Amino acid sequence: MKKRVILPLVAALAVTATVGTAFGDGHANADPAIKARQAQMSLVAYNMGILGAMAKGETEFSTETATAAAESLAKVAKLDRSILWTDGTVQGEVPGTRAKAEIWTDAAGFEKAAVGLETAADGLVVAAGQDLDALRAAMQAAGASCGTCHKAYRGPKN
Amino acid sequence: MIRVLLRLALFTAAVAGLAFWAVTRPATLPADTALPAGDPVNGALVFAAAGCASCHAEPGSGSPDAPVLSGGRAFKTDFGTFYAPNISPDPDAGIGSWTEVDFARALTKGVSPDGQHYYPAFPYTAYAFMTPQDTGDLLAYMRTLPASPTVSQPHDLGFPFSIRRGLGVWKVLNQSADYHLQGELSEQEVRGRYIAEGLAHCSECHTERDALGGLNRSRWMAGAPSPTGKGRIPNITPGVLGWSEADLTAYFTSGLTPEYDSAGGDMAVVIENLAKLPEADRAALAAYMLRIETVR
Ligand code: HEC
Ligand code: HEC
Repeated sequence: MKKRVILPLVAALAVTATVGTAFGDGHANADPAIKARQAQMSLVAYNMGILGAMAKGETEFSTETATAAAESLAKVAKLDRSILWTDGTVQGEVPGTRAKAEIWTDAAGFEKAAVGLETAADGLVVAAGQDLDALRAAMQAAGASCGTCHKAYRGPKN
Repeated sequence: MIRVLLRLALFTAAVAGLAFWAVTRPATLPADTALPAGDPVNGALVFAAAGCASCHAEPGSGSPDAPVLSGGRAFKTDFGTFYAPNISPDPDAGIGSWTEVDFARALTKGVSPDGQHYYPAFPYTAYAFMTPQDTGDLLAYMRTLPASPTVSQPHDLGFPFSIRRGLGVWKVLNQSADYHLQGELSEQEVRGRYIAEGLAHCSECHTERDALGGLNRSRWMAGAPSPTGKGRIPNITPGVLGWSEADLTAYFTSGLTPEYDSAGGDMAVVIENLAKLPEADRAALAAYMLRIETVR
């Protein structure tokens, strides 16, 4: 009897659920295009880190440093995608990548998300020439563009 | 002798039955519960913090500013499948004909207008902390959203999970009367606690559950198995996570981790919502996160 009563409840709980994902790591013997685009993401993260430290107040805001980081980021964001996202370098088919098949099956959507990063990076260049408040707002937009693309086109960690 | 025993058994069963009935009786609110006049502008923030659209909006429908709350999202569990209902202002398919008391009772007591318990897939154990002002504002905002005539799908549950009355027992065991984080708190930490434990129901994902499906409060925010079976929802207690207040605020704002990766999975959606709140609220959430106990 007791079990009967309690079980329905248990049912419900299980529901407040979530999907956990994390990030994927590079792979020593991965395809060169996979290594190259992961290096691109590392450079994006490196430059975002310099800007982020200023946005968080961990380092002093400096127009020169911020502009240097934002301009590097903007260049890295514009690397030619046709030679980075080569056919077949998809999660599940080759090792060391979390690139989802949607990158190729929904090429227009992926292109739009990638242009979103270019736009966000250009926004960071403008903000870097202004002030800390502008930089912080631009960081929020840049973070959102990372999230938008990862959500749709990056697969789960394992 | 046997007759006496039989009588005794019957009597005991009757008492147990009565106790079950009493314990499982759906709670009511006083009939004159009045919600303060609602402010839809604040209501939009409550709606974002509470993540209502994550479950009730039809993906891709409406605009980000005016989601269509037609429901339909399925939650698969070992016990069957739950479907989020239509909570748009449609008077027939949605909740357009509900009174303010109906709404407050559903949200903070987990009881429907006709007196049935809701399944805790609807996180009302957290919303129970919602202030009357925020509840009124939330409803005022939801009344501005588009109505949808889509009829709610019934849940697909086997017996005995389909018996709502049994949920009364679960509620008695699992509805906490007070916040988890206690002690001397600053005004900012109190605000953060309200957002984390009440509106945003962070613990629903980040705290593991005990055998009866209640939150294991001794492991508050210390992570949980992912309901999909793959991976884990991370431990976010301060000593384990090791992020500064600025790291946390930045993560809740941009979704960027201290390594400048971006939040993934369901957390990305939580952050889209948190990003709509005033910065002071995200800072308050960060302050709360640093006050909870480290659990390894
Ligand atoms: C984690 C997913 C989830 C979230 C978040 C969520 N709900 Fe729900 N909600 C549900 C489910 C599932 C049900 C069905 C419960 C049942 O039938 O017992 C439900 C039921 C309801 C009902 C009852 C509808 C009816 O027809 O009886 C209302 C009203 C409601 N939710 C409003 C809200 C509001 C307002 C929010 C935000 C403050 C919210 N919900 C957030 C999943 C969710
Ligand atoms: C719907 C489920 C869900 C809810 C609700 C939720 N989280 Fe999360 N959270 C996750 C998942 C899944 C991750 C892992 C994200 C990833 O893979 O990038 C995560 C990650 C995090 C992280 C980063 C941890 C790390 O090690 O990278 C923090 C901090 C966090 N959540 C805080 C919160 C707070 C605060 C709340 C409430 C405002 C909250 N979460 C609500 C599911 C949720």
